[in-house]
Amino acid sequence: MSVKFTKDHEWVALDGDIATIGISAFAAEQLGDVVYVELPAVGKNFNQGDAMAVVESVKAASDVYAPVSGEIVEVNDALVDAPQIVNECGTGPEGWFVKMKLSDQSQLDALMDLAAYKTFIES
Amino acid sequence: MSEQLRTTPLTDLWSEMGGKMVEFAGYNMPVQFPDGVVKEHLWTRENAGLFDVSHMGPAFASLDDKTGLSAEEAHNKIAKIFEQVLPCDIQGLARGQIRYTTLLNNDGGVIDDLMIGRGKSDYEQGSLYVVVNAGGKEEDFKIFNEISKGVATVKRWDENALIALQGPKAVEVIKTLAPDAANLSFMSYNGFKTELGGVVIARSGYTGEDGFEILIKAENAVNITEFLLKNKNVKPIGLGARDSLRLEAGLCLYGHDLDQTISPIEAGLAWTIQKCRRERADFPGASRILDEITNKPSRKRIGIEFLDRAPAREGTIIQNQNGDDIGIVTSGGFSPSLNVPIAMGYVATEFATIGTQIRLMVRGTARDARVCAMTFVPHNYFKSESNYNRSQK
Repeated sequence: MSVKFTKDHEWVALDGDIATIGISAFAAEQLGDVVYVELPAVGKNFNQGDAMAVVESVKAASDVYAPVSGEIVEVNDALVDAPQIVNECGTGPEGWFVKMKLSDQSQLDALMDLAAYKTFIES
Repeated sequence: MSEQLRTTPLTDLWSEMGGKMVEFAGYNMPVQFPDGVVKEHLWTRENAGLFDVSHMGPAFASLDDKTGLSAEEAHNKIAKIFEQVLPCDIQGLARGQIRYTTLLNNDGGVIDDLMIGRGKSDYEQGSLYVVVNAGGKEEDFKIFNEISKGVATVKRWDENALIALQGPKAVEVIKTLAPDAANLSFMSYNGFKTELGGVVIARSGYTGEDGFEILIKAENAVNITEFLLKNKNVKPIGLGARDSLRLEAGLCLYGHDLDQTISPIEAGLAWTIQKCRRERADFPGASRILDEITNKPSRKRIGIEFLDRAPAREGTIIQNQNGDDIGIVTSGGFSPSLNVPIAMGYVATEFATIGTQIRLMVRGTARDARVCAMTFVPHNYFKSESNYNRSQK
């Protein structure tokens, strides 16, 4: 299962036609202490680039964008009750935000792999 | 960033200590350290946090000529100059006392909020200590220079260092630098000699905690700061936690909770305008301000208690139960001490009573909330006998 990254610091891991989506450890560190996460409703459809979730630190609110188009099939309610999970395990298995059924898998091709993302955040 | 950011005498030290540096009011300042905002905030509430506030505007205003004037006459002469633009009782300051006040425009709106103090010793009479905010200091000093012209000189000290040491253990820490500073009462200041150079120490701050603000000559700034940071009770704290601490304490942030359209009465700062000034009605915007004291202002600053966990940021519209817009959030964030969102804002006065049900329009969703007292976390200021006596007068 390969992980892809967006320029807005979301990660996407594809398993079959279901993509698991979260924000990168780099993004979590930049945000600082996460104190609130707002997730979309299951069944909702998003186009690539739509704001689909909100993550808030003590100081500011940031949108999380849909890295690919599709339908939300599951959300990680654990983040709502314990938003600090985002800081503790951004890219880990517990830190995911949503699972999405993709409408166009080819959108993944344009995203960065881990090596390209590392170069991107260091530049 | 095209413009060169200004630095403080401590900027390099913060970079070396892992501070995450950001632009603030034209200065390169640490917004947080590796511990992060929440830990820094809680550390300050329990121990002592050290903040660089050198971007602010400390200054001393002194009469050019005190010939033939007694100490009291000299003080009253400079006090009257500053009372032209500040509505607090400056003539009535005790020696060494500081007051929080506002700089007013002719409509009674707030140009800035600031501290003003009267020196303790004989030779300081005819001289006032002022500390204004970073964002508006050029405009503030222009006003101070205009009113002082030909009579007094305002000497800026903002090329030096101003640090705040805040928290319940601040008093134990200050004793290691200047033992006698521990005897200062809340909202008073004095000069102190230390082994690392002379300093001006005020028992004041903007976190709701006991603490001190220390003015240090630039050349001694790193030495004194490093000396204080060696104490195991002290950690450096960034601007992020400074903001969450002041919001929990219900204190106004200029440019957010105060601006040129807002009067001190709307902001809940009537207590900063002493009785003698109200009676004399001799400050800018006095007619509006006195009318608002008598007949209530049309809007008032409120604290906001959240009934769910979604924070509401500055600019969030406040509605009443019927869905009518009644106001706006001016500071919104999260309280690390209470582990809930907190906010301040302004609403039409009829909705400003504590307990009033309101709605916050967060990303299109109405979130239930209630008007509450502005002090979210009780103040922990130092109470000495002299404070007590003063408040009885």
